[in-house]
Amino acid sequence: MEFLGLYNYWVFAVLLMIGLYAVIAKPNLVKKMIGLTIFQAAVFLLYITLDKVEGGTAPIILKGAPADQLYSNPLPQVLILTAIVVGVAVTALGLAIVVRIREEFGSIEEHEIQAQDQEP
Amino acid sequence: MTLDAQLPALQIVVPMLTAPLVVLMRVRGLPWLTATAASLMAFAIAVALMLETLGGNTLSYAMGGWAPPYGIELRIDVFNALLLMVVTGASSVALLAGRASLDRDIPEVKQPLFYSAWLLAVAGLTGIAASGDAFNIFVFMEIASLASYILVAAGPDKRALTAVFKYLVMGTIGATFYLIGVGLIYMMTGTLNLADMAERLSDVSDYKPILTAAGFITVGLALKAAVFPLHAWLPNAYTFAPNIVTVFIAACSTKVSIYVLLRFDFVVFQSALANHEIRFASFLMPLALLGMLAGSAVAMFERDLKRLLAWSSVAQLGYIMLGASLVSMTGLTAAVVHIFNHALIKGALFLAVACLGMRLSGLRLDRLGGAGQAMPLTMAAFLLAALSLIGVPGTTGFISKWYLISAALEQGALGGLLVAAILVSSLMAVAYVWRIVEAAWFQAPVADGPPLREAPAWMLAVTCAVALANLGFGLAPGLPLMLAREAAAALIGASSP
Repeated sequence: MEFLGLYNYWVFAVLLMIGLYAVIAKPNLVKKMIGLTIFQAAVFLLYITLDKVEGGTAPIILKGAPADQLYSNPLPQVLILTAIVVGVAVTALGLAIVVRIREEFGSIEEHEIQAQDQEP
Repeated sequence: MTLDAQLPALQIVVPMLTAPLVVLMRVRGLPWLTATAASLMAFAIAVALMLETLGGNTLSYAMGGWAPPYGIELRIDVFNALLLMVVTGASSVALLAGRASLDRDIPEVKQPLFYSAWLLAVAGLTGIAASGDAFNIFVFMEIASLASYILVAAGPDKRALTAVFKYLVMGTIGATFYLIGVGLIYMMTGTLNLADMAERLSDVSDYKPILTAAGFITVGLALKAAVFPLHAWLPNAYTFAPNIVTVFIAACSTKVSIYVLLRFDFVVFQSALANHEIRFASFLMPLALLGMLAGSAVAMFERDLKRLLAWSSVAQLGYIMLGASLVSMTGLTAAVVHIFNHALIKGALFLAVACLGMRLSGLRLDRLGGAGQAMPLTMAAFLLAALSLIGVPGTTGFISKWYLISAALEQGALGGLLVAAILVSSLMAVAYVWRIVEAAWFQAPVADGPPLREAPAWMLAVTCAVALANLGFGLAPGLPLMLAREAAAALIGASSP
C-alpha cells in the first residue's frame, strides 16, 4: 500500500532519471534538449504532488462552499508556474543556440561538432 | 519612508529596469553609457548598504509590503553586502574599461541587446545575493544564468556556441537540483524563507527528506559554482566568451553560488542536522584539495592564455571551498576574504588579457612574443596581479593564503597535509605564471603578427587601477578582513544554537 501511495514520487524519480540519461547519453543536441525538458518536467510533478491535501479540492473559494471545505495548497502551484516559465525560457534559449550551432558547424551531432571543435 | 529604506530593493530594480530601456537605444554608444551608469549606481547602492550593515546590522526589506515569512524578504547582512559589492564592482570595472574591446567583439546592431543581457545578469546576481527566500533565489539564479549564457555566446569564436551549450545544460541541471532540494524542505517545513526554515527545521520529526534536500542543494550549487569535479563547463565558457565578459563572469558569478551554498549549509542545515559539519567537511574537503591540485596542474600545461587562467580559477575556487570546509572561524574568514580577493586578482588578470587581446593576433602563449617590450604597462599590471595570485607578501593573495594556512594549522595533524597541498598548488602557480612571463618577455614576436603597441589609454588606466588595488588591499587589508570576520562570525554564530 505504501508503494502505491507514493506512486507519484516514483514517477517523479523515474522521469528525472530518463531525462538525465537522455542529456548524458544522446549525441544529438535536440535530443539532449528534450531530455533536459523531461528532467525539468519531473520536478514540476514533484511540486504538484506535494501540494495535494487529502480530500482537498482546487484552491478556489466558490460562493456557497461549506465552511469546512478542504483545499489543496496553492503555493507550490504558483511556484511551479514560475518554474515552468523559467523552463520555457531555458528551452527557447537552448534551441536557439542549437540553431546557431547548426549554422556554424553544419551539424547537430556531438561527435561531428567535436571533430571541428579541436584547436586549429 | 525615506529612500534609504528602499536601498535593498533598488539594488536589484535599478539594473533590472534599465535593461529593457537599453534595448530601445539605437544611438551609437548610448547603450554602453546607460549600462555603465546603471552599473555604477548599483555599485554606489552596494557601498551604501555595506556601510549600513557594518557592526552586525541586518537589514530586512519586505518586498511589496508583505511581511516575512509569508512575503518575499530581502535580507542583507555583512556577507551579502560584501557579495553585492563584488558583483556590482566587477560589472562596473568591466564596463568602464571594456568599451573599446566590446565594440570590436560585438556587432553594433547587437549592442543594445548585449548590454541589456549584461544588466539582467547584474540584476540576477545581485538578486541572489540580496534575497532571503529560497525560491526567489532560484528565480534570480536562472535570470543570471540565462543572461550569462547570452553574454558568453556573444564571443567571436564559433566554439563559444558549443561551450555555452555545455554551460546551459550543466547550469540547468544544477539549478533543477537546487529546486528539488527546496521542494523537499518546503514539504517538511512549509516555508521558503531561509531564516524561518532554520527555525522550523528543529521541529521536523523525520530528517530523511531534509538530508536528501541537503544533498541535492549542495551538489546543485557545487555544479553552479564549478567545484571540482563539476567544473567541466568552466574552462571553455571562460575561454571563448568576449574578453570583457570573462572579466565580469570570472570575478563574480561562481562566487555567488558559493555564497548560497555556504548560507544553506551553515544557516539552514547546520543547526538542524546532527553532525552536518562533519559530513559537509568530509564531502567538500577532498574535492577542494583535488580542485586546487588538478586545476593548477592542468594550468601548467595549458597553451591558451585565457584557458590557463580559467583552470587557475578552478584551483582558486578550491581554496575558497577548503577554507569553508574547515568549519572554523579562521577558515571561513579565509574563504570569505578570498571571495573578495580572488575577484580583484582575476578581474585584473582578465582585464590585462583584454588589453592584450586588443593588440595581439591571438591569445595562445606562442603568440604573446614581444608583448613584454611593446606593452610594458599592461604586462606590469598583469604581473602584479599574477604575483597576487601566487600569494607574494604585500598583495591580497598573501592575505588569503595567510588566513587559509593559519586555519589549516589549527586542525593539528591533518593541517600539515593541507598546508603541503596549499604550498604545492602555489608552487604550480609560480610555474604557470613563469610560462606566461617567459612567453611575453623572452620570446621573439611572431613574424606575421600586427605591429604591437600599448593598449588604449582608458582601458589601460582601469586595468592598472585594479592591479594596484591588489597591492592596496594587500598592504592595508583592513576593510575586506573586517567584513570577512563579521560574515564568518555570523555564519558560525548561526550554526551553533
